[in-house]
Amino acid sequence: MQTEFIFAGFGGQGIMFAGQVLAYAGMDAGLESTWIPSYGPEMRGGTAHCCVVLADRPIGSPVVRNPQVAVVFNNPSFEKYESNVTTGGLLVYNSSLITLSPTRDTVEFLPVPASAIADELGSMRLTNMVMLGAAISSRPVLDLEDIKHALEEHLPAHRRDLLQANFKALERGMECAVKPVLTR
Amino acid sequence: MMTTTLNETSTLVYERPHSLAACNTNYCPGCTHGVAHRLLAEAIDELGLRERTILVAPVGCSVFAYKYFNMDGCEAAHGRAPAMATGIKRVQPDKMVITYQGDGDLASIGMAEIVHAAARGENITTIFVNNAIYGMTGGQMAPTSLPGQKTTSSPFGRDTILTGYPVRMSELLSTLDGAAYIVRRSLHDIANIRKAKKAILTALKVQMNGMGFSMVELLSSCPTNWGLEPVEALHWIEHNMIPAFPLGDYKVIAEVRSL
Amino acid sequence: MAKEMLKGNIAIAEAAVRAGVEAYFGYPITPQTELLEHMSKRMIELQRVFLQAESEVAAINMVYGAACTGVRVMTSSSSPGFSLMQEGLSYIAGSDLPCVVVDVMRGGPGLGNILPSQGDYFQITRSAGHGDYHPIVLAPSSVQEAIDLTTLAFDLADQYRHIVIVAADGLIGQMMEPAELPPMQSVRTNRPDWALTGADGRQPNSIASFYLKAEEEEAFNQKIQNRLHEIRDAEQRFVEYYTDDCELLVVGYGSAGRIALSAVQTARDNGIKVGLFRPLTLWPFPEKRLSELTDMIGACLVVEMSAGQMIEDVRLATGGQIPVGFYGRMGGVIPMPDEILQAITTHCRQLKHGEGAFTPLERVNS
Repeated sequence: MQTEFIFAGFGGQGIMFAGQVLAYAGMDAGLESTWIPSYGPEMRGGTAHCCVVLADRPIGSPVVRNPQVAVVFNNPSFEKYESNVTTGGLLVYNSSLITLSPTRDTVEFLPVPASAIADELGSMRLTNMVMLGAAISSRPVLDLEDIKHALEEHLPAHRRDLLQANFKALERGMECAVKPVLTR
Repeated sequence: MMTTTLNETSTLVYERPHSLAACNTNYCPGCTHGVAHRLLAEAIDELGLRERTILVAPVGCSVFAYKYFNMDGCEAAHGRAPAMATGIKRVQPDKMVITYQGDGDLASIGMAEIVHAAARGENITTIFVNNAIYGMTGGQMAPTSLPGQKTTSSPFGRDTILTGYPVRMSELLSTLDGAAYIVRRSLHDIANIRKAKKAILTALKVQMNGMGFSMVELLSSCPTNWGLEPVEALHWIEHNMIPAFPLGDYKVIAEVRSL
Repeated sequence: MAKEMLKGNIAIAEAAVRAGVEAYFGYPITPQTELLEHMSKRMIELQRVFLQAESEVAAINMVYGAACTGVRVMTSSSSPGFSLMQEGLSYIAGSDLPCVVVDVMRGGPGLGNILPSQGDYFQITRSAGHGDYHPIVLAPSSVQEAIDLTTLAFDLADQYRHIVIVAADGLIGQMMEPAELPPMQSVRTNRPDWALTGADGRQPNSIASFYLKAEEEEAFNQKIQNRLHEIRDAEQRFVEYYTDDCELLVVGYGSAGRIALSAVQTARDNGIKVGLFRPLTLWPFPEKRLSELTDMIGACLVVEMSAGQMIEDVRLATGGQIPVGFYGRMGGVIPMPDEILQAITTHCRQLKHGEGAFTPLERVNS
């Protein structure tokens, strides 16, 4: 078993942290787990992405070219990763911000109004956890409890007050994923 | 060290400083590196620092300085003595660390290292021997060579249109806040040699008191590569170098004045 | 200690801290900057020496100075910065001093890019500076190995009074994966008898790399060569997988080695008799074991993130007895497991055609 994820969006949308929570959860669940960011100039303001690989045997490349799951937060990432997702894979996208429509018919698409939900929950910072919740429920490599545990362990001290809200965001994301859409 | 036997009626007036090793040097006759070595050694002796001093030698005529001084020493890459001294001083702040550098070493290839050591206020002392020429490699133009000066790489005289102007290091480094004591002295006569000695003593005291970067620039002669007799070379310092590199105190912070 | 998710650069820095490094000098360069940043915090907290130098040239010469005093000292950089350190490294080698240098390799030549590469193999294994010497070079393929080899690096540096280079790449430096840090070692308080600590109650020590007489320089060189011989005998390290019955042996180190392992595992799942040989020491290259394996295999396939540099050592170790093929990507492109799997499949097919039919693949995928 090996599952590969890419999280992509604007810097500041919590892309890196969402990936890290997933990687931590994988480690805690006893899986092999890697996380690697895009790094360098593109970190500063442009699109950023990170790759997470979870597997039950040693992971070769932590960098993924054709992920099974892409979790995209903005239009440029949608454009880039729609074509990269492996056949039969899943593209989870933030339908609150993304105005593009799916074009491939060999990939599952899951629109999640993540920004709207986060806003409803009281903080746009929760967008990433809504997206993560949707992603894991559609590819149940890990349980919600694994993710919650990782959040509890690794949410920075100055964001501790948002722990319950983060849990809620994960749950709301999972609810969105009840029926992934097969387009066209 | 030389041993001297004195009888009851004689008085010891002169001996090899304990901080100088009992060996011959490779310096040419008439070169003032020997004077500079002796002044530094005397100053170290007088302040009782020999046992806790580490000398960093440069690449240039004084490349063997680590052998000529009777103390722990090492040999840096060309121009890098201030960086090497920084490494030594940072891990052993209680030791005295001195770089001894020529003008090609300090003002050309090692420009970045000396500027940044001074800017950091690195608590080391630099003895900068400026003789306006590359001695070790056989008399090529240095960053401090004077306009019109004939060298083996400026055979028609230093053309400022082609090669620019001499770098005045004391003036340049004195603009940096980390520099505590920057002075220029000359070794061309006795009176100036005495002043140079006093400056070296002050520079070492600056380091002993942790006041920051200290440097004594010494205008020095190179009879061999200047193509002059030793005495003529001393006159050349006086008449040609001093007008271009005025002697004086370029940076003396208030705390140093009270030393 | 429990496993934690650690970023390679930070894991290396913290491993060095725990190995008792007393002084760090460095200059920012991607993709190793987190290493310097971690040091800027930890070393100051622990009241050890951290200094951001004005250049890599200055940084390595500060290392040279600190090494003269007998403390554990290190620097880190990435390819272009490592190039600048070659002068200082040669002086350090010429002065018999120990130090640890981390090179988190990136794409080149020139400014290149900041993506992972293994294009520094020649410059770090052949000499890393002018003159006749080799540093010891350790090549981690995971964050855990980066920690373990950094710890080992300090021990080897002290044991042999030698330069040890940890050769990672942007992938190892930037990725996070579970790893375990060793406990904190206390900083040594004793200094070796050759250290420059002030000639108090003893004859002066001097440290230099300067021998005007050819015979003296040759004698010093002989001393280096004797030590290198000893290191070559004692320190060849590697990991091997599925070598009991393999027909094709993939050889790769660091990131290329770990990615090749994925491909080899998949090939095994498909019934292909392929193994993997992953050098941990690039110098000394683990030639003894590879030479032994040569008698048992039909061919080698070298995988690198370069145009093919380590392949020269593989050719030397296998002595022309078997074909040596190559698959590599350059310029910061990471070879993916499926590409390597394809190279494995193609090589195995060629092997099956019998002796003489083997034609090495295109050296580099176009």
